[in-house]
Parts: sequence; structure tokens; C-alpha cells
Amino acid sequence: MQYQIVENSPIAPGVFLLDLAGDTSAVKAPGQFAQLQIPGFYLRRPISICDWDESGMTLIYKAVGQGTEALSRMQPGDTLDALNGLGNGYDVTRCGNHPLVIGGGVGIPPLYALTKALIAAGREPAVILGFNKAEEIFLLEEFEDLGVPVSVTTADGSFGQKGFVTDAMKEKDERYVFACGPLPMLKAVCKKSACPTGQYSLEERMACGFGACMGCTIQTKNGPKRVCKDGPVFRKEELTW
Amino acid sequence: MVNLSVNLCGLTLDNPVIPASGCFGYGKEFAEYYDINILGSFSFKGTTRQQRFGNPTPRIAEAPAGMLNAVGLQNPGVEHVISHELPEMKRYFHKPVIANVSGFSVDEYVETCAMLDAEEQVGIIEVNISCPNVHGGGMAFGTSPDSAAAVTKAVKAAVKKPVFIKLSPNVTDIVSIARACEEAGADGLSLINTLLGMRVDLKTHKPILANGMGGLSGPAVLPVALRMVYQVYKAVKIPLMGMGGVSCARDVIEMMLCGAAAVQVGAANLVHPCACKEIIEQLPVEMEKLGIRSLQEIIGGAHA
Ligand SMILES: Cc1cc2nc3c(=O)[nH]c(=O)nc-3n(C[C@H](O)[C@H](O)[C@H](O)COP(=O)(O)OP(=O)(O)OC[C@H]3O[C@@H](n4cnc5c(N)ncnc54)[C@H](O)[C@@H]3O)c2cc1C
Ligand SMILES: Cc1cc2nc3c(=O)[nH]c(=O)nc-3n(C[C@H](O)[C@H](O)[C@H](O)COP(=O)(O)O)c2cc1C
Ligand code: FES
Repeated sequence: MQYQIVENSPIAPGVFLLDLAGDTSAVKAPGQFAQLQIPGFYLRRPISICDWDESGMTLIYKAVGQGTEALSRMQPGDTLDALNGLGNGYDVTRCGNHPLVIGGGVGIPPLYALTKALIAAGREPAVILGFNKAEEIFLLEEFEDLGVPVSVTTADGSFGQKGFVTDAMKEKDERYVFACGPLPMLKAVCKKSACPTGQYSLEERMACGFGACMGCTIQTKNGPKRVCKDGPVFRKEELTW
Repeated sequence: MVNLSVNLCGLTLDNPVIPASGCFGYGKEFAEYYDINILGSFSFKGTTRQQRFGNPTPRIAEAPAGMLNAVGLQNPGVEHVISHELPEMKRYFHKPVIANVSGFSVDEYVETCAMLDAEEQVGIIEVNISCPNVHGGGMAFGTSPDSAAAVTKAVKAAVKKPVFIKLSPNVTDIVSIARACEEAGADGLSLINTLLGMRVDLKTHKPILANGMGGLSGPAVLPVALRMVYQVYKAVKIPLMGMGGVSCARDVIEMMLCGAAAVQVGAANLVHPCACKEIIEQLPVEMEKLGIRSLQEIIGGAHA
């Protein structure tokens, strides 16, 4: 599927907001991702969908390597080939009325559409966002504009609460958790959460992104699962950590 | 009207385009993108006697014009393939399929092949003696003419369907191994499997793949694959399924000119789920342009 770049601009150091116009009918749930074909690179790059409507979608990515750096140099008007609506996404029907949404760094983008979907489903989510330092903060106003309580933690204490996202959780926090972020963060949240269930979005290096190559398989309590197709969102009960 | 059909050991394929093992799963994910019955056939994920989890992740790394994989033959085991995957496949693919088999001993190859041979849906058995991603098996059988012949002979004695032996490019003389397989009774040969390679993470100074090394495939390997198909075609009389780096109709024609009777497409499916559909649609267009009436007639055309 072809998409046209409407906007591709920095919103924090090294972090870019990419607005794409095109067919989003394949997108069914927050937490799904797209596989972008960046000109000059063989494998597609998986990037989560931050928000979408009928005419297009917003992605937020960090330029961390050659592919995402090349992507950051693409211009409005350029076209981008993408496979869309990949992965299972979050299920907003299976949580209590007061879920906790926890994100770290570039794991935060998909939680924006998730929070909107939770509100639309009549829930009252609370959000915790974790960053390294004040300059790296993005999407904070957008989350606040949704009218939900948002706590921010920074590792160096330059904004919000000093520490990690787990420091903004309660002791014996029983709220249902939706999380996305780096693996050490996910493991720490999973451990601290007192809720027996919850939904955690994982990352793996991928080739296809649609379930064909077994390149992204992890072991779960229910046997081998493909992060791209059976995930990226997994339930706490399935995770081996 | 151009003619795309080719004959492979008595099996007539509507066209020579066949997704390669490990790059098409059991076809299900692709059936969501297009009607996969347009394919000549397809080779399903490498099957072993017992189920295998495969290697730890990362299993995938990028390469210039290609990719490395170290999946390590993840599969649910032959019994599950027969009880679950094949019956499910019947619902969306109605042609004979190619069963790709791997093993860790001659007995294991024989047992798995014999079980799949008994399945009506299986048209051809493709014996993978060239997987670079598992230790103590796979490629070990494909790197010497004697062990390649031993596997071939044992499997041939146990099955009725045509047997293709899938060769490794990670050898000094692929021709001698091809000849050994032919003499041992192989009905055909598939080549090439992936080329052993590696990438290192510049930040951590460690290999990117958890397995350290992996198999290179994609457009980067096309000239190597063409050369090996050309050399092997010259040396044997049995039909070849050529593969390695094929990503468009012109590559298919080139592979057939080198000697392939059918052409498999691997990694291209992973980056373009409709790759094979586009190749099949494009073949008649390219044939018209090049003045080719029948694909069957161009096989080996590059040879004097
Ligand atoms: C389901 C999913 C959703 C993601 N969503 C986002 C997002 O919303 N925003 C964002 O900034 N990043 C996201 N990522 C991470 C993003 O895919 C990588 O940062 C990106 O692929 C790096 O590409 P590169 O060419 O710059 O890096 P390189 O290191 O040059 O890439 C080389 C290869 O490794 C792969 N790779 C490298 N790092 C990662 C990684 N962390 N995860 C998966 N593959 C990797 C690349 O895809 C490529 O195939 C997501 C990853 C997954 C799996
Ligand atoms: C992810 C992946 C998995 C593979 N798994 C198998 C396998 O199970 N059995 C096998 O015989 N070959 C396997 N192969 C090799 C391919 O079938 C093919 O021989 C090789 O990739 C070269 O073709 P290509 O360049 O078109 O990909 C695999 C290749 C890839 C990329
Ligand atoms: S990346 Fe191919 S199966 Fe997940």
C-alpha cells in the first residue's frame, strides 16, 4: 500500500512525527504496527501506529540507525510503501474501569491511540510516561488534552518525578496495566504490578512482520509465539518473566 | 498466447513460480493477500521428526540487498504438520505441495519423509541437507558427496513420490555433491540454500544474531545462485529447482536460462507479500517483450 508523507518533522531530539495519508482500513486496534519500506533498505522497518483516522495515520519514531535516519530525511510529498494494520493490538474490552497505561521512550506512541480507545470505551485510564530527561519529552500535551491524569518520570529528575515509571506506580498496584517500552522497563512493570493480568507490547527484530518467517518467535507459557502476528501485545499470564 | 507451464518429474505446473521453504509458512498468511492457487506450487516450512523451537532471537539481520536468518528450523514436528497444517492448507491451496524435510540423522530423514510421502496433498519431497542454522544436522549432510548420497539413497528407498535434494552453496564443489545425489537416485535437485554469513553490532561489538552466524539470501545472492544452477545443469540430467535472490519475472527467466526447470522465490515474499503474484502476472509481459513463446523451451538456454 502506498502512502504519501504529509509531515515528517522533529518533535524532540532525534524523534520524528510522521504523518502519512493513505488507506488505513487495515488498522483495527491500537498497538498495531506498520512495516515501512524505506528506499535503499531491504527489510521493512516496524513502527507502531500512534493515531489514525480514515484518511491517514501518525507514527512517531526515533532515528536510531541507518534506516530510521534515512526515513528522517524523507520529505512531505514523498511516497512510502507500507504494510499496515499488523499484529494483534491491545484489547480494550478486557480491563477494569481504571486501567493504568505505562510507556517509556519510543514505546509511548501506540499508547496514545490506546488511551483514546479506552476513553471511548468508557474507561478512566491513568497514564505514566517515562523519559530520560526533560528535553526528550514528547506527546505530553496531547495526552493531557485527552483529559486523563498523566504522571511523568525522568531518569535524571529534570522533569516530573525523578526515577523510572515503576516509581510512579503505587505499592501493590492492582490496576490493570497496558504497557509498551524497552524490555527492562516492561519486566520491571510486570514485576511491580499486583494485577495478575495485563497487556504488554514486545519488540523483536523482524523480517516479514506478518507471521510467515518465524523470525520473531519468543517462548511463552502457551508455546512459541510470533511477536509480529500473535503479538506484539501479550498477556501477563503468557509471559515467562 | 505465451505458455507458462512446465513439467517437473511428471507433475505439470501452471507456471514455474514456487515460494521457497521457510519464506511462505504454510501459505495461510499469504492467502490473506492473494489467491495462492495461482502459484505453480509452494514449498512449506522445513519439517523435522520432532517439534523444534529453533534458535533464540535475534534471528534476523539486514544485509546489503538481502537478509540473514538464523531461525533454526522452528516447526511443530511432522505429526502436527500432518494432523493440523495439511488439513488446514487444503482449505486454501488445491494443488500438490512440496514437503521440505530436515533431520539430524539418516533415520530421522527417512521417517519424516515416509510420513509425508503418504499424504495425498504432497506432490514432491524436498530434502533439505543444507540448513546452515542448526548444529550437528542439516548442512552437515550436504557438505560431503558421501553423506549426501547416503541420505538420498535411504529416503528414495522409503518413498514413492519424486525426491528433490536441496543443496548447500557452502561447499567447495557443488557439482560433485549434485552428481552424488543423482547417482544415489534423486529425482531432482533444489539449489541454493542460504550462504553462511554474519553481521556485528557496532554498538555492542557482538554478533547481531543470537546464533552468531546465519544464512544470507535475497538479491545479493542471485549471481551465485545463477552460477551454481548453471554448473549443476551441465553436470546432471535430473531437473533442477533454481532459487536464490529471485525477485522479479526477469530473474525467473534468467534462472531458467541457466537450467532451472522451476524457480523458487524466498526472501522476496517476506518484504513483498505479493511478490509471487506480481512475478506470475509479469512473466507473460516479459516473455512477449523477449519473444519467448514457451518457458519449458528456454530451460538451459544459456548453455552452448
Ligand atoms: C512492533 C514494533 C513496533 C515498533 N514501534 C516503534 C515506534 O513506534 N517508534 C520507534 O521509534 N521505534 C519503534 N520500533 C523500533 C524500530 O523498529 C527500530 O528502531 C527500527 O527498526 C530501527 O531501524 P534502523 O534502520 O534505524 O536501525 P538499524 O539498527 O540500522 O536496523 C537494522 C535492522 O535491525 C532492525 N532493528 C533494529 N533495532 C530494532 C528494534 N529495536 N526493534 C526491532 N527491529 C530493530 C531493523 O528493523 C533492521 O531490520 C518498533 C519495533 C517493533 C518490533
Ligand atoms: C527466514 C528463512 C527461513 C528459511 N527456512 C528454510 C527451511 O526451513 N528449509 C529450507 O530448505 N530452506 C529454508 N530457507 C532457504 C530458502 O528456502 C532459500 O533456499 C533461500 O532463502 C534462497 O532463496 P532467496 O534468496 O530467494 O531467499 C529459509 C530462508 C529464509 C530467508
Ligand atoms: S517477522 Fe516474520 S514471522 Fe514475525
